[in-house]
Amino acid sequence: MIEDSSKFELTDELKIKIDKILDDHHHDFTQIVGVLIDVQDEIPQHYIPKVVAFYIAEKLPLKLSVIYDCITFYDALSEKPRGRYPIEICDSIACKVNNNEFLLGALKDLLGIDFGTVTYDGRFTIEKVSCFGACDRAPAVRINKIVYGPLKTKEQVRSLLEQFV
Amino acid sequence: MQNISYLTENFGKYDVFSIDSYINIGGFQSLRKAVTMDGDDIATILSDAKIKGRGGAEYPMGRKWSQARAVKRPHHCVVCNADEGETCTFKDRELITNDSFNLIEAMIIAGWAVNAEDGYIYMRAEYSHLRPRILNAIKQAEDRGFLGKNILGTNWNYKIHLYSGAGAYVCGEGTALIRSIEGKAGRPRMKPPFMKQSGLFTRPTCINNVESLSLVPHLLRDSTPYLQVGTKESTGTKLVSVGGNVNKPGVYEIAFGTTVREIIYGLAGGIQGNRKIRLIQFGGASGKISDARILDIPYSYEAFAANNLIIGSGSVLVIDERTSVIDFLRYTQDFFLHESCGQCTPCREGNRHIRIFLEKIKNGTYTDEDIQTMKTFAKVMPMSSLCGLGETAQNALKSAFNIFPEVFASRKQTEAVG
Repeated sequence: MIEDSSKFELTDELKIKIDKILDDHHHDFTQIVGVLIDVQDEIPQHYIPKVVAFYIAEKLPLKLSVIYDCITFYDALSEKPRGRYPIEICDSIACKVNNNEFLLGALKDLLGIDFGTVTYDGRFTIEKVSCFGACDRAPAVRINKIVYGPLKTKEQVRSLLEQFV
Repeated sequence: MQNISYLTENFGKYDVFSIDSYINIGGFQSLRKAVTMDGDDIATILSDAKIKGRGGAEYPMGRKWSQARAVKRPHHCVVCNADEGETCTFKDRELITNDSFNLIEAMIIAGWAVNAEDGYIYMRAEYSHLRPRILNAIKQAEDRGFLGKNILGTNWNYKIHLYSGAGAYVCGEGTALIRSIEGKAGRPRMKPPFMKQSGLFTRPTCINNVESLSLVPHLLRDSTPYLQVGTKESTGTKLVSVGGNVNKPGVYEIAFGTTVREIIYGLAGGIQGNRKIRLIQFGGASGKISDARILDIPYSYEAFAANNLIIGSGSVLVIDERTSVIDFLRYTQDFFLHESCGQCTPCREGNRHIRIFLEKIKNGTYTDEDIQTMKTFAKVMPMSSLCGLGETAQNALKSAFNIFPEVFASRKQTEAVG
């Protein structure tokens, strides 16, 4: 199960990692988007919990409202917990005309979840994204920055998922 | 059909993680040449090659550079737009993957030409796996004195910074892009002030697409092969990203003047299952559409303009008969509805309402009045929207009115159900 975001604990270990990310970005507040993306990658559920947003706001320093403006504006950032392996389905026209509906159906079927829910073990979520620039591999999914495609049979989808078990 | 590789000449020729292997194939020769030249002369070379911005706006690049030079305010900067978000466009990904040092060299030449102090590369988050090769290229160029202080003994200082986007299509628009680099949400703003006067951090800014920039070192090295191909108005070569229902989707370099048929049936291997073409969209989601009637026109700016099409970002999205026109329009509309930043009313509400009308057409529950209203909205949106997104969002729909009038055929008001 995914823990409630309000119960997220900011450990010393994570603080060190965040400090390192801030150092890499020269504590430059204009790099907030890059900072948030890197921090999100460090958190197993790939999101920005409230305490973390507060911590970054204090450390940079930057107004909390600016941080939340970014988190809610940009699709790549999330304020809600996701799976450890968020499956992003490309929903661009190039993927749609190559039957990404099938892919979506196969994923829902194999995982037993819909959009916005997480598998019971906290491993997967299914998300639609506009386009991640892999139209030559349509229909494609992207899991933790790696693009997989073209995925045309249920068997291919199953063996892809098995890599993460 | 002749194979051409001018812009893609370096692909696979060197190790993209090693500056030495890039120098061995003649890398940074163009920069050495550039620093002996005046910026206006460099801009003239671009004007002679008739390069139009390759991101989609098609603004003449030579003119852009000489205008940027002419701005007297201090602290110029150069921005490379690597946020290609147009559907079915992935040429910049190939350029960064296979030729990242060339891009860095181009950024330095651009900096020299417009007398900039800083260069910024804004790359979409979806390409974050390419960050290491750009950062490595910047680092190695710094170590060799191509970047940093007193570059090649010219007393000129220049740095390149890499910024990441976060999955917003609208950030490909210049003013939204600079806001994103400034560490804000990427909402576009009104122009003027124009970028060249007051852009990033209110500094004079010159924004170029990855493909436009990547051409510069090649042109400085030897522009003859480029000038020899193409058509009268469209000189040289272009990268096209072909996708959709074709057998071999991918990025291909073509000489301007190649016919659309050669691109789709020659390079991209024809249509899956030998089906018929329903429609072709050029220039990404904001581009215009046509059907098989344009297969034999040459791929060039002038021929496309004559046929009410645009080259735009250079994408060719081919859709076969399995997808209906109305479904295609609904998908496009979904995309813009999702990507509209919601700041200005015409774009936010226009996209939403046109989506509803399209749904009605799909279900057969529309009235003639709906069609009229939809046409009015499609006309008003480009006139009244704040930025390029709202201005171009209805390009596909507007060209569909001409090409596929039967989809919007009139019907009796009384038949309406809801």
